[in-house]
Amino acid sequence: MSSEFHVSRFEDAVNWARKYSLFQYPFVTACCGMEFMAVAGPRYDIARFGAEFPRFSPRQADLLIVVGTVTERQAPVLLRIWEQMTEPKWVVAFGVCASSGGFYQNYSVVPGIDHIVPVDVYIPGCPPRPEAVLDGLMMLQERIQRGEGHSQKALVVQSQAEARGPALRGQLPVVR
Amino acid sequence: MSRAALDRLCARLPDAILETHDFRGDETAIVRRASIKDVLRLLRDDPEISCEMLVDLTCVDYLGRDPRFEVVYHLHSLSKRHRLRIKAGVPESDPTIDTVTDLWATAGWLEREVWDFYGVRFNGHPDLRRILMYEEFVGHPLRKDYPVDKRQPLVRRPDLEAWKRDET
Repeated sequence: MSSEFHVSRFEDAVNWARKYSLFQYPFVTACCGMEFMAVAGPRYDIARFGAEFPRFSPRQADLLIVVGTVTERQAPVLLRIWEQMTEPKWVVAFGVCASSGGFYQNYSVVPGIDHIVPVDVYIPGCPPRPEAVLDGLMMLQERIQRGEGHSQKALVVQSQAEARGPALRGQLPVVR
Repeated sequence: MSRAALDRLCARLPDAILETHDFRGDETAIVRRASIKDVLRLLRDDPEISCEMLVDLTCVDYLGRDPRFEVVYHLHSLSKRHRLRIKAGVPESDPTIDTVTDLWATAGWLEREVWDFYGVRFNGHPDLRRILMYEEFVGHPLRKDYPVDKRQPLVRRPDLEAWKRDET
């Protein structure tokens, strides 16, 4: 007779659950959207990674996928959407325009959404192939498992500050 | 093809026309700024010309030339099937021209666009606001002397830059 049991850290188990249950909010602004639809469709099938379900409210999502060019005029909208999302949350910059502004080097385009929101994974390409998107998603999953997402780290910092008492609160950088 | 229309315009309003040409079939008239509205009204209403449709209204910045700006009107006649291009020079010292919103309602947004990007004011426009850029934007970005790298961000998170540096 033998008994088997599995040992795991609580955080690892939680992160394992998180990475296979991403609820995405696609912020689609430009031509990359077509490639995003291909990934979400049956041929490339993002559902295999547990991230198939686009939510239509940022309040129900934990993965913000910024697909396409973000203009300076749109930037406050993007920031507000990100602020509305539940924590922990992750951001993927889909394509070069979201990552760096792409070839739009001018007065109207934000030179990368990382000037506005913290980005966890950058997927290059104009537009990226669906394989690249799936690769990026797997990178994100590894990052989530390691607990390295910006939002995950921020939550740790926050909870440590709260554990130390109200005196320290406000002295630590609030990265939300 | 619309050379006849151009000739008729010259015959009807000789004082308003500065120059005409039909390079590669693009019949163009350069007109006095003050009489732009008379010219366009004639082109719309004259039965021989009848350009019912304002296809486009835009502007060109010829920096260093006088007049610096040129407001360009593209007209199309649906009934006669011809096209005309009308240009009017606008000097930098007084960048204004009469609106044509009362001739074509579509000019409303097009003139707002020209105002937004080039800073040419349209006298008599009912609602001359920026149309594509945000209210907080200062200046007119498609002017040739607008710095090519100048940005006027509405939001920035400087802490994120530091964050990025820490990671790499």
